[in-house]
Amino acid sequence: MGVSILKQRDYLIASIQSALTDTEVVQLRDALVAEVARHRSRGVIVDVAALDVIDSFVSRSLSTVAQTNRLRGAKTVVVGIQPDVAVAMSQFGLGLADVHTALDLEAGLELLDG
Amino acid sequence: MQKVAVAQDPLAASTDVDPALLRELVAHLRQDRTPLREEWTRRITDERLLSVMTPEEIFSEVTAVYDNYVDALETGSIEALERYARNLSERIIPRGVETHEVLGVVLLLRDVLARSLFQKYQDDRVLMNQVLDAYEPAANRIAVTVGVSFVQERERVIRQQQLAIRELSTPVLKVRDQLLILPIIGALDASRARQLTEQLLNGIRENRAKVVVIDITGVPGIDVDVANHLVQAVRASGLMGARVIITGLSADIAQTLVNLRVDLTMMQSVGDLQGGIEEAERQLSYAVTRSGATSPDSRA
Repeated sequence: MGVSILKQRDYLIASIQSALTDTEVVQLRDALVAEVARHRSRGVIVDVAALDVIDSFVSRSLSTVAQTNRLRGAKTVVVGIQPDVAVAMSQFGLGLADVHTALDLEAGLELLDG
Repeated sequence: MQKVAVAQDPLAASTDVDPALLRELVAHLRQDRTPLREEWTRRITDERLLSVMTPEEIFSEVTAVYDNYVDALETGSIEALERYARNLSERIIPRGVETHEVLGVVLLLRDVLARSLFQKYQDDRVLMNQVLDAYEPAANRIAVTVGVSFVQERERVIRQQQLAIRELSTPVLKVRDQLLILPIIGALDASRARQLTEQLLNGIRENRAKVVVIDITGVPGIDVDVANHLVQAVRASGLMGARVIITGLSADIAQTLVNLRVDLTMMQSVGDLQGGIEEAERQLSYAVTRSGATSPDSRA
């Protein structure tokens, strides 16, 4: 799977390297939820800068991760959404419920620290 | 330009009129140049056409058009007249001369000349018919040429202005670290709204902005498409981690947005640009204070 999940202080950073299949998206979702519990993380950052497309399945999965983690006291931040991806998502009405967004990893860490 | 080339064809078809008649006609118009010009000017003034021009200006333009007109009748070539008409249009369009005025003026000249031909040839019906046969098609073509030149020139000006407006576009300005403003001036259509979204998102990325103030004080009105584009721009900005504050919603636009039931839950709005910037500064934890106590005077 083209995703690496790193632990950094109280945070988990999942960096997506390449386009994901639906199965991989499900694996990522489950892994993120499990890892948050294991490391007792306070925040999760998902870096999607490598994605040219974010479809409804991916955005729903990200929302699920965020909602699940919120119940366990962790914030989820999606970072690195490209401008055209953002336009496409807003055109198709794909929102990210309960998900925080930031420009890039740095801004995401800032958001969690703040 | 192509259209004018097409308009020349009917002229070529009508050149089978007697050249001698046309020469006579032209000679008559040359001879009566002064009274006919005066009559034409008088009719223009009576009909209150070209009201933005002074009588002297009208008379000098009338003279030039008259001479070009007669030349065009004589030679059958409308190029010089066309050039003049274009040049004239260029001068009078910025002064607010309307299409109906130009067409009215040209048709008046046609009437004035036709009436003078009637008077001259009223005793010889056969000859009068022949003269009119020669005169009418040429006169109509000239009227069309002048009208078309005017409209084309106006369209050219409009195209130029549209281009200029598009190029003015929408600046994305950085006021403070992480704070951008986008002042939008002029009507928004779908294509401009798209362009705006693109510039907004690129601006957010380049400046690492967290808050953007979009000021629409200068937007006269808004429709459902544009409103949705704005909402999308706001949403897309949110996905890139920037909040948007809309300022300067006029009462009209606010009412339109409510009536159109546009989903505005995403939008934070503040009355005016100043309020918007203050709110943005608050969100970014900027504190702006006035250093008025230490003015140069008191220090001296």
